[in-house]
Amino acid sequence: MGRAKLPRKSTNIDMTAMCDVAFLLLSFFILTTKFKPAEAIAVTTPNSVAAKVAPQKDYVMIILDANGKVFLEMDDESKKEAIANALNSTRNLGLNTASFKKSLFFGAPFGSLASFLALPEDQRKGDKLPGIPVTDTANNELVTWMRLTKDAYMGEKEPAFLLKGDNMAKYPAFKAIIDAFKKNDILKFQMVTSPEAAPVGTDLWKMNQKGEKLED
Amino acid sequence: MAEMDTSGGGGHKKGPGVKKGKKLSTRVDLTPMVDLGFLLITFFIFTTTMSQPTAMKLFLPKDADKPEDQNKAKESGVITLLLGKDNNVFYYEGQLAPDGSNFKSSSFKEIRTVLIDKKRNTPEKDLVVVIKPSVECTYKNVVDILDEMAINVLKRYALVDISEGEAALVKISDASGTAVAGASN
Repeated sequence: MGRAKLPRKSTNIDMTAMCDVAFLLLSFFILTTKFKPAEAIAVTTPNSVAAKVAPQKDYVMIILDANGKVFLEMDDESKKEAIANALNSTRNLGLNTASFKKSLFFGAPFGSLASFLALPEDQRKGDKLPGIPVTDTANNELVTWMRLTKDAYMGEKEPAFLLKGDNMAKYPAFKAIIDAFKKNDILKFQMVTSPEAAPVGTDLWKMNQKGEKLED
Repeated sequence: MAEMDTSGGGGHKKGPGVKKGKKLSTRVDLTPMVDLGFLLITFFIFTTTMSQPTAMKLFLPKDADKPEDQNKAKESGVITLLLGKDNNVFYYEGQLAPDGSNFKSSSFKEIRTVLIDKKRNTPEKDLVVVIKPSVECTYKNVVDILDEMAINVLKRYALVDISEGEAALVKISDASGTAVAGASN
């Protein structure tokens, strides 16, 4: 009887399949990554321990830049149209409804809103625009904007009111925005921040360790 | 490694006289390519999930027209934080003394210990934090201090307008860098 011959197995592994999977995943992640669009208004948000992700749709966002200029941004085009019509009928601004609808954000006093809309999109940069006047308490135009927004959303689910402020913005502008909210009975709003971990040893940290959540 | 069959269908021998060209191996070592692939995958996985902005909620109280509608707070449980210029924080407990003797200076780093001490020494139902930002402070300061409320799980706090006397006191103290007593209303 001869010795049983063990077939010698090759130690080479076919990597083609693995390579396929790797690049499939790679292309998936490349395609799903949303790179931050070049923002017309540069804002560096402060950090907070809030864990809730900011809503990405159905929002009305007030942007407060480092110089205290205020801009308004919203995503629902039909609501923008309603606001444009309301502005045209009550204030007779002669706004172009189509370009109002297409505009991503608004940042001009009512008086020069028409010329703001006439600017080409790529020239609407935060630092060159006047912003919505807010700090003059007698003529806080954001109050009007908020009222029109509320009217536009009348009878529907309220949008998420967001405030995205810059670190360096001064408090009076922030206060003016709060006032504009309050005057329109918008008592809940959210501030957009960058995430940050709760400092070790604090009460919140202890709660997180226990798995408890702060109520919203 | 990945390899291809290059023997050409059953491996029949070429006839005699036919010159055998030297066969180059078509095997390619895919290991570095796979390495690179996974490296990029990890990169994209991390970048997609990290840059989600979060939102902190703020509930505003309705303005009470009549003074009797306003929330009353026990004096012993109140701590007032005043935000000044250049990230200065000042605070006092209870009422501000007429001579300003309980007006103390702090910073964003130290205010946490002050708040924790206050929380430990005060019954929970009495504890109210009053935040009074001055005109000189920044949006970041306000968010930081509101964040401090979340970090220390302080449930009752209010954002209140600064009074003139306090504003003056903060201004003087800002200039000198420390709390100045005796300058209040």
